[in-house]
Amino acid sequence: MTVVIAAHGLRKEFTVRVKAGRLRREKRVVAAVDGVDLRVERGEMLGYIGPNGAGKSTTLKMLTGILTPSAGEARVCGLVPVPQRTRLARRIGVVFGQRSQLWWDLPLRDSFDLLRHIYRVPAAEHAVRLARCRGLLDLDEFMDTPVRQLSLGQRMRGELTAALLHGPEVLFLDEPTIGLDVVSKQAVRSFLAELGASGDVTLVLTTHDLADIERLCQRLVVIDHGRVVHDGSIEALHARYGSRRRVVVDLDEPVGEPPEGAVVESDGRRLVFTVDGPVAPVIARLAALPALRDLTIVEPDIEDVVTRLYLSPDAP
Amino acid sequence: MVDLRPYAALFRGQARSLTSYRASFALELSTNVFATVMDVLTVLVLFRISRTLGSFTFHEALLMVGLSSCAFATADLAVGNIERIKLYVRTGLLDAVLIRPLGALPQLLLMDLPLRKLSRCVFGTGVLVVAAVTAGIDWTPGRVLLVVIAPLAGAVFFSAIFVVSATVSFWWVETGEIGSAFTYGGRDFTSYPITVYGGWFRRLFAYGMGFAFVAYYPALAILGRADPLGLPGWVGYAAPSVAVVAAVTAGAVWRVGIRHYRSTGS
Repeated sequence: MTVVIAAHGLRKEFTVRVKAGRLRREKRVVAAVDGVDLRVERGEMLGYIGPNGAGKSTTLKMLTGILTPSAGEARVCGLVPVPQRTRLARRIGVVFGQRSQLWWDLPLRDSFDLLRHIYRVPAAEHAVRLARCRGLLDLDEFMDTPVRQLSLGQRMRGELTAALLHGPEVLFLDEPTIGLDVVSKQAVRSFLAELGASGDVTLVLTTHDLADIERLCQRLVVIDHGRVVHDGSIEALHARYGSRRRVVVDLDEPVGEPPEGAVVESDGRRLVFTVDGPVAPVIARLAALPALRDLTIVEPDIEDVVTRLYLSPDAP
Repeated sequence: MVDLRPYAALFRGQARSLTSYRASFALELSTNVFATVMDVLTVLVLFRISRTLGSFTFHEALLMVGLSSCAFATADLAVGNIERIKLYVRTGLLDAVLIRPLGALPQLLLMDLPLRKLSRCVFGTGVLVVAAVTAGIDWTPGRVLLVVIAPLAGAVFFSAIFVVSATVSFWWVETGEIGSAFTYGGRDFTSYPITVYGGWFRRLFAYGMGFAFVAYYPALAILGRADPLGLPGWVGYAAPSVAVVAAVTAGAVWRVGIRHYRSTGS
């Protein structure tokens, strides 16, 4: 496998001036990113999450050549982001949920045409990619509307297309679903899922919406206070923080003694268990209950795990 | 070889955007003409009070006004946009500029098409032509060359000043109008013979920062007048070299500045 992104000891410090006394202001150095190591291979879909101010965006900005790292090194597509920024820009796509790279006063059609010239993409390639995005993202109804008149959801679909027209190897997405309604979120997610499934684009995604991650990413990197606190699959995260699957049992009539161990809640007719290890034997035993009406297995909720992770004062 | 086609595309995009705001364009165009006329009138008014200004006659001083005004207007047209970087740095909009495969500085300059400033350029050139015709100059090939080159060198020099004073916002986001002290202040400084200024102020602006080479020394050389301050006559011809030094310095300052870009949260 080819390594597309390699970061080692990546660090970014900002100097902030803090009020100290009436006129005096003290300089204080704050590390927004504090030694991040990261290796991403071609075709991976990586979720990069963390609470506000954890350093997600700062990391992305260092990897895309916007910010110069204070220490450490990074290579994206074999290039050093800041010194080789313009060469790198041709090989990556960047979507900021909160910033537009489209021309505010121009229709999408014109923006896409300008981008073809800016990235010097051969007309035929450009047309193929654009046709694909138009189909998948339903752009046709607003191709001729000035960007300033688009809804946020429409604009975001435009931004995604704009970031892909030059055929990037890596796509960085900084909160691509922020502020979108449910339908637009779904549209963006299924588009990204399709893109990732093709396997030739590496996706790095920061988000606060964990549904994005569950839908799209096999691998999850959690960052807090500028440091990586978890790097692995979502399952590994659950295993590590002891989140368990739950079984919800609805009964026709209350049973006196709960038939299984760890009951979370019980109001007689409904019982909720947490289950360690394989769930099948538990279900087999529950199925034997005469009063059983319904049985549901609830997958562990990633929100819970991540909340616990964010709140733990000193994550490992 | 730098491929200019992507930049041409950016230019077309801006031109197309501009057409969606026709009325405000017409308004800005006329206010700009008015502002430039006022600049020149300020100098003319001084001659109502005194026959000479810093030991220069009206026509001699008018040549300096023309050189200065022409150089500044050209620089303002080409590079004046860079002042917007304050906004781009503060709001983090520069992020969108930096993810494109083009130089950041040219992109910023093309972010807005200040065609409205074209009127200032035309007016400045007009003043220069009138001054050159009426000042009774003994034309030699060298002087003809200089009267063409000097406004261009001055434009490069002012462009460098624009870039440096805008770059400051990478370090101090809230620079306010400090930059204008050197850009618009510089234009006002160069509109008068430097002999009207005194002491450390003249030494700093005229020689330390090089503003004397925009209009004053080139005008002396074109007029064939000796410098009351004692520098030799060829100094006026050094204007292009001063401009090159300023441009190289500005390029270096810009490159350091952009590495200090801090962006904004998320």
